[in-house]
Amino acid sequence: MSENITPNATFGKGVRRLEDRALVTGRGRYLDNLQPQGCLAVAFVRSPHAHATFQSIDTTSALTMPGVHAVLTIDDLMPVLTGRKLIVGLPSAAIELEVDRPILAGDEVVYVGEAICMVVADTRAQAEDAAEYVEIDFSPLDVVSDCSLAIKAGAPTVHRNLPHNRLAAFGFRYGEVEKAFSSAAHVVGDRYEVHRGGAHSLEGRGVLAMEDSLRGVLDVWSSTQTPLALKKALCELLGRDENTIRVEMPDVGGGFGPKLVTYPEEIAVAAASVLLARPVKWVEDRREHFIAAAQERDQIWDMQMAVDADGGILAIRGSMIHDHGAYTARGLNIAYGSGVTLPLPYNVGAYALDIEVVLTNKVPTAPIRGAGQPQAAFVMERLLDKAAGVVGLDRAEIRRRNLVRSDQMPCLKPLKLRGGTNVILDSGDYPATMKSALEQSDWAGFQVRQQQARKAGKFLGIGIANYVEGTGRGPYESVSVRVNRKGVIEVVTGAAAMGQGTETMIAQIVAEQLGGDLSIVRVKTGDTDNPLGFGGFNSRQTVTAGASAHAAAQKVRKLLLQMAGHILEASEDDLEILPGKVAIKGVSERCATFGEIATAAIGLPGFAIPVLDKPGISASEQVIINDMAYSNGSAVAEVEVDPDTGSVRIIAFTIAHDCGRMVNPKLVDGQIIGGIAHGLGNALYEKMIYDATAQPLTTTFADYLLVSASEMPPVTILHTESPSPLNELGVKGVGESGVIPTAPAIISAIDNALAGWNLHFNRAPLSPQDVYASLRSDSKGERA
Amino acid sequence: MKAAPFTLHKPGTLEEAVALLAEYGEDGGLVIAGGQSLTPMMALRVAYPPHLVDINAIEKLSQLTVGDGFLSIGATVRHAQFHRHFVEAGTLGRLLSSVVHHIAHYPIRQRGTFCGSLAHADPSSEWCLVAATLGAELRLTSTSGDRLVQINDFLDGAMSTTREPSEILTEARLPLLAENTRFGFYEFNRRAGDFALGMALVAYDLEGGKIRNARIGVGGIEEKARRLAAVEAALEGKTPDSEAFAAAAAATVADVDAMEDPTTSAQYRRDLSGVVVRRALEIAQTATRF
Repeated sequence: MSENITPNATFGKGVRRLEDRALVTGRGRYLDNLQPQGCLAVAFVRSPHAHATFQSIDTTSALTMPGVHAVLTIDDLMPVLTGRKLIVGLPSAAIELEVDRPILAGDEVVYVGEAICMVVADTRAQAEDAAEYVEIDFSPLDVVSDCSLAIKAGAPTVHRNLPHNRLAAFGFRYGEVEKAFSSAAHVVGDRYEVHRGGAHSLEGRGVLAMEDSLRGVLDVWSSTQTPLALKKALCELLGRDENTIRVEMPDVGGGFGPKLVTYPEEIAVAAASVLLARPVKWVEDRREHFIAAAQERDQIWDMQMAVDADGGILAIRGSMIHDHGAYTARGLNIAYGSGVTLPLPYNVGAYALDIEVVLTNKVPTAPIRGAGQPQAAFVMERLLDKAAGVVGLDRAEIRRRNLVRSDQMPCLKPLKLRGGTNVILDSGDYPATMKSALEQSDWAGFQVRQQQARKAGKFLGIGIANYVEGTGRGPYESVSVRVNRKGVIEVVTGAAAMGQGTETMIAQIVAEQLGGDLSIVRVKTGDTDNPLGFGGFNSRQTVTAGASAHAAAQKVRKLLLQMAGHILEASEDDLEILPGKVAIKGVSERCATFGEIATAAIGLPGFAIPVLDKPGISASEQVIINDMAYSNGSAVAEVEVDPDTGSVRIIAFTIAHDCGRMVNPKLVDGQIIGGIAHGLGNALYEKMIYDATAQPLTTTFADYLLVSASEMPPVTILHTESPSPLNELGVKGVGESGVIPTAPAIISAIDNALAGWNLHFNRAPLSPQDVYASLRSDSKGERA
Repeated sequence: MKAAPFTLHKPGTLEEAVALLAEYGEDGGLVIAGGQSLTPMMALRVAYPPHLVDINAIEKLSQLTVGDGFLSIGATVRHAQFHRHFVEAGTLGRLLSSVVHHIAHYPIRQRGTFCGSLAHADPSSEWCLVAATLGAELRLTSTSGDRLVQINDFLDGAMSTTREPSEILTEARLPLLAENTRFGFYEFNRRAGDFALGMALVAYDLEGGKIRNARIGVGGIEEKARRLAAVEAALEGKTPDSEAFAAAAAATVADVDAMEDPTTSAQYRRDLSGVVVRRALEIAQTATRF
């Protein structure tokens, strides 16, 4: 054991990820690596129509194809199902229309890609061959593709039997909005269209189910962010007790949001396995991910901001339309998150936002990294840029004047989270964070750089955006810590790992209390044996699982010291925990190993357990944290725009951020940079395009432009640590931070580069063609 | 995304290959060399060839040689073989190595072939542009023997050629360039390695400070890569300067019939054609060594 690993040496250190050795040496166990004997493969027959009814599914020809075992419709699955629909949406009184997803479509399909039946064959290729021979007598119906048209009176309805397409209407309102607008020195406003595409995790969805008749258990493996939610849905829909279904989460190659939703395919595959009494597996291919995995897509905002003569924000008002897709896969959370996020970083005296959540004939929406917050930041930051122009202030200065100050912390906002709890900005010094970003990016010296570049024929621009990210969505996550007879620290948690380094993070927190040796810590994530837990989403696990891990490890620490005191006949005060053992302070050879202590604590038949109230060196914790911890930061983008082609190149990108105390700065950097890549995609590249009949047009990576290494700019990250008072570790989440300010900072920089044209880009993403067209259509403009 | 069933044939000689194609070509049988365009289309079930004739084992198709005034590129010569300047081909070798890095990504260039790009005839193919601009001659082989075709008679529109189903494109010949030939290539796309939204290849001989024998082509703009005679005429005898380049750009925009797709309008592509021609001319003028 290395001598330089000492207690209290793991938290806050940029240690290497514990997960990576297996993952980068081909020993990862992803869903498609699991291949039990006799496993059958599924191909889903999916709707080619965005809206149609059908009467019959003719499977005769398909059943004669080589290797085919079954072609299953919803009626075929019903003998093993308790219901035809998967009901998983979060509750909200604002929801007017119940549109839960069917396990398989019965007689109506409402988006391209909706699953209608499943072909089960020896191989996936055979299943796909046979799927082409399933005949369905579609009668196409009218389609609604655009959410702004779907809400209009007389629009065709997304579901033929529903009266309209307005799923929900709700809003936010505080302060005297109308009064503020009538007294304002300036009012600015615009219509903003913010698009976000899909998740595109490297590994798509996938599920494997097999009944173990010896144990009487249905084993299900799924590439999901929420195995516990899947287990709950499977128990309900298969009518089984919790102890007869086991859900396992294998290694997961990325989630980014959509895998937090339980999908009909997961239920259908499990049902098929029960029905056929065979292992059955389905692995989503990329085309399916494009058309059938949840997306985030479109929000359309009509917004106004009222400011005083000094640029102080008096009020913000307006409306927003959110594209919900054809069914409810999650609820109102994205739109709600957008609405609540918009005014957060700033002091906004009054706020009124009316939101309409609208059905369209497209795949359902669910959160993608950021979950509505990036759209809100885009609108807020664009409004501030516009206000700065009208008032005649520098864009950074108007922000400085309005940012929530450190002396206001904790800052209670007159807003509620979707679960009814208060919005309280818990900590941070937002103006100081912004100042550090401005200094690092030499904001003050940019004008000189810009003018020099202009002389050389180059159009440089700079832009800034601030953000606040709500993290650590409660109420809790489970963590249990146990020392076994071998002295290994076994940690089991409901927290889900999809590549973020969750195991490393938890191991660091636990080892911090237990001697600091990461090599003896084993973390099992995605546990579903304990029903108390939720999984990975909303930048929540470092906060919620971290708090529970810390509390459980502290209890285990106490138990180790108690039992070691007995074994070593010493007072606990004279002991210290070293890597793998407890020793007399300063006399490390007088010690009891973790294995000896654990063995003593487990006891022997007929012998008394010494010292401890309960046997075993173990503790399980679910620390309740209801309020969210708010991370914050500022991004500065410097770009070069080519007016001849409209193309934009990011020259430099600076982000100053504060996610409280960092468990592992390297993991934080990884999350920030990954988030920026997502944000860059939202600013310039990623667009999921549908035509007027809701046919998806961008269903390969040749058409849907994901950011690659070549497009990533050099990124400078500045860390600030304002501990959150909401948990003992002082941590906040960071998984979604990078994505939130990136698009508004870049778009602001594009405006700035083209200052001679006096443009205000009001949508994202912007393609070169969009930029070019704006330059040409602006008749007033000429090159500065 | 699994290909539909097909039969793979791996002939060892060209004679066997053309015999197989004579048998299966009419029923949709296809030649496969690098497979970098064909196999994704098969996985997406956009292409359903019941038979594939794999020509990789035919040794004599892998030759890359300089003949009398031309470079001969065999059917299985990979893009990556042009990563390094092919010295024997002189100026043409330099031109090819300056273009090749724009083709897709490194792993794809290890497998994909020059002739395969021509046969696939994607409007955004860099090699189609090179072939069209420099005037390639192509050899098509079938059981009836060889047929020589000029590139302009071969390219027939987007993803369409005049190749008969029973024929294999066995060789492409590119004319060598003179020592004093200047050239420039410029491509515009959204991301590195993407299909071009517009690109131009220019080559001209500089004689007494004047442009002679201009060859100007654009790709990714129209349904097929094409030389622009009107632009070449506008440049002939001119001093290579910004005025001449602006005139060439304007002539380009006036001449092209630009495509449109869900993300790119015809108007944008048309304007872009002038930009890429101007920039290719600027590169040709300023570059001393490629």
